[in-house]
Amino acid sequence: MLSRVAENVYWLARYLERAENTARLVNVNTNLLLDLPLEYRPGWLPLIDITGNRDLFDAREKRSEEREIVHFLIADLENPGSILASLRSARENARTLRDVLPNEVWEHLNELFMEIKEALPAALNKRTRFQFLQHIIRGMQTLTGELEGTMSRSDAFTVLMLGRNLERADMTSRIIDVRSAQRLPADAPELATFDTIQWMNLLKSISGYQMYRLSQRTRVSRSAVLEFVLRDRKFPRACLYCLNEAEYFLRALPRSAGVLGSLEAARAFLEEATLETLDQPGLHEHIDQLQLHIIVVHEGIARTYFPPRAASAIQSQAQMPSDARQKMSAVAEIPARSMQTS
Amino acid sequence: MSIDWTTYCASGLHDELIGPSGGARSAGRALIRHLSELGCEEIGIRQQAADLAIKVMGVTFTVYHQEDGSIDRAWPLDIIPRIISAKEWNKIAAGLIQRVAALNHFIDDVYHAQRIVKDKVFPQQIIASSKNFRPNCVGISPPNGCWAHICGSDLVRDKDGTVYVLEDNLRVPSGVSYMIENRQVVKRVLPELFENTAILSVDDYPAQLHDMLAALSPRREGLPEIVVLTPGIYNSAYFEHSYLARQMGCELVEGRDLAVHEDDCVYMQTIDGWTRVDVIYRRIDDDFLDPESFRADSSLGVPGLMRAWAKGNVALANAPGAGVADDKLVYTYVPDMIRYYLDEDPILPNVPSWRCAEPKELEHVLLHLDSLVVKPVDGSGGYGMLMGPTASQRERSQFAAQLRAAPRDFIAQPVITLSTVPTFIDARIEPRHVDLRPFILSGPKTYVTTGGLTRVALREGSLVVNSSQGGGSKDTWIVDTET
Repeated sequence: MLSRVAENVYWLARYLERAENTARLVNVNTNLLLDLPLEYRPGWLPLIDITGNRDLFDAREKRSEEREIVHFLIADLENPGSILASLRSARENARTLRDVLPNEVWEHLNELFMEIKEALPAALNKRTRFQFLQHIIRGMQTLTGELEGTMSRSDAFTVLMLGRNLERADMTSRIIDVRSAQRLPADAPELATFDTIQWMNLLKSISGYQMYRLSQRTRVSRSAVLEFVLRDRKFPRACLYCLNEAEYFLRALPRSAGVLGSLEAARAFLEEATLETLDQPGLHEHIDQLQLHIIVVHEGIARTYFPPRAASAIQSQAQMPSDARQKMSAVAEIPARSMQTS
Repeated sequence: MSIDWTTYCASGLHDELIGPSGGARSAGRALIRHLSELGCEEIGIRQQAADLAIKVMGVTFTVYHQEDGSIDRAWPLDIIPRIISAKEWNKIAAGLIQRVAALNHFIDDVYHAQRIVKDKVFPQQIIASSKNFRPNCVGISPPNGCWAHICGSDLVRDKDGTVYVLEDNLRVPSGVSYMIENRQVVKRVLPELFENTAILSVDDYPAQLHDMLAALSPRREGLPEIVVLTPGIYNSAYFEHSYLARQMGCELVEGRDLAVHEDDCVYMQTIDGWTRVDVIYRRIDDDFLDPESFRADSSLGVPGLMRAWAKGNVALANAPGAGVADDKLVYTYVPDMIRYYLDEDPILPNVPSWRCAEPKELEHVLLHLDSLVVKPVDGSGGYGMLMGPTASQRERSQFAAQLRAAPRDFIAQPVITLSTVPTFIDARIEPRHVDLRPFILSGPKTYVTTGGLTRVALREGSLVVNSSQGGGSKDTWIVDTET
């Protein structure tokens, strides 16, 4: 497979997954807010941080009210991480891959993009938003199914699965982060019920409530949910599951030893953490670190399989001091992830 | 609403489906009956279904400005097909095969002994002044002496029914993918007709193209690595490049994916490392192919590609330099070439042409500018020409000055009133002018597409069929009426 094609397939998978998970992200926040007592509602601004778009959002001089933020996340084409922009980038990548993808996948993606663009007003209206987001999630799930069901298990498929699983691990961690932004006072037992409802909502947003119940057979609790969402080995949206999948597909590619090393490090980081001792800020820090690990894996993949970037770009990364790199927030990487935008 | 065919035909035109008295021509009888049964309203519904299918299938052509963040435009298809009887088509196909054979002889001769010049059939001056003659191709012998492996010739039918060759596109002719996709769509929306009529299939082209390309491979052992070389997604024919790569199951590459290594072989960059390439179906003009040999500022091509090709380490289709015959002044000599190289009479006539390069003919052209079409010899897409009868006096005198300054750059032809085909326009059926572009593949054997791409001028009275200038397209049926 051509290196350039590998890069485009990889980004196609990531953008598809990102569009779906951003829809899940908006859905979970909508539900969380409705279920909280008024005085504890953190609003919508945390979502901007979680998707790593604070600078862009501020630069656009948007007001931090629901309508503007939801528009920014769903429909703003200037925001490369918005659902519509992700879909557009997925489509632009797919357009260069028409010789690689099953024809039906291209037809469906094309159709979905046009449909969603036309249905945008429904996304901004609170009453119809849920259906709109549900429609996107279903559309993406159908596309995922079409790819699985009709694409030969070629190198292109392997790279596709690699991209999908890395993006999914990353986005699931961001969805958990929504929850860490909500700080109910620990010494208020009357709020305990709310806390449980919140974790349930989070599970539901990644379609994981039922699977959680089957696997954990216990009431919903913070540590059990974190364990499940971060470290379950059987649930396909759990971070550890995704990293294991990524490893499986990476092993099928030539020259993968170096990248496998950084993937192993990411997995070790995830497996070795003591989740129950993490308070909310600690959880947030943990998730940032996980995202940094995923970025290192991504960079390894790009170096090994994609066409080389212009020398200057590589240079500027290499010159960054390592401790700055450690502190660099995961979210700051988002613009780099979006370099494939049309 | 039923369709009254007696009021359909505009006088003085040749219609492909309806005869002068308003009755259907024999090859189109079943279609016309079917359309009459459907009525305009139902035809309108089917046209909408076709438009939707095209949108969903993503059959597009690319424009150079963005709208709604997209550079794609849905491919315009009118669902009423253009029909040619198999009997007539067989004769046309034989004429095309003859023509392309002569053209390949000519190109090979131009880059070798130039016998045709020595025998005074073709003037040396035309080669010397040709923009598409490539001195670095002199003396090179591509496999089987074949240079123009893929040719797209434009055919037109005049009002007296004669089919003429209007031009031969020997550089990077496009449109064949739309021919195939048009058929897919029309099959979906007019299925009844395919059940009852012997319409010859067009789907064979990609397989034929693949076989022709594979036969060019310089390496005899193993499966040849064939690639389609595209300038990228912003090229107007990108859809077609990707379509053909997909249909042939080969890689669609850009110049930056390829490199010529020290062994003067071509390699592509893959996830396994560098892989050798045997055959390149290039959809990039000569000028941009190799910055070492042609335009140094080109970033679309591959440095060293000409070197690899000249050494026979990679095959290029079409061969560099083939464009020397894609020149409308050279075109005027094709009937002579057929007689000279093949010792046969031309089966298909050229449109009568005046060579402005010859002083006497130039004088004639200048005197009759108001009745002639004047075309630049290396133009395409309908740009840069003068339509004498509709031009203003001022435009004509400006053009006359251009002609005097650079006579080599122009030829003139009488206005051909292109034949028409019933076309669905604003809920009615009206005649619109069409041309036809068949594709000819030259390899161990020569293959002609079944029909070709019919392009239609959608504006009333217009003779401009180019999709970049508001033209549409039609499915083309070769119908066997003998069975």
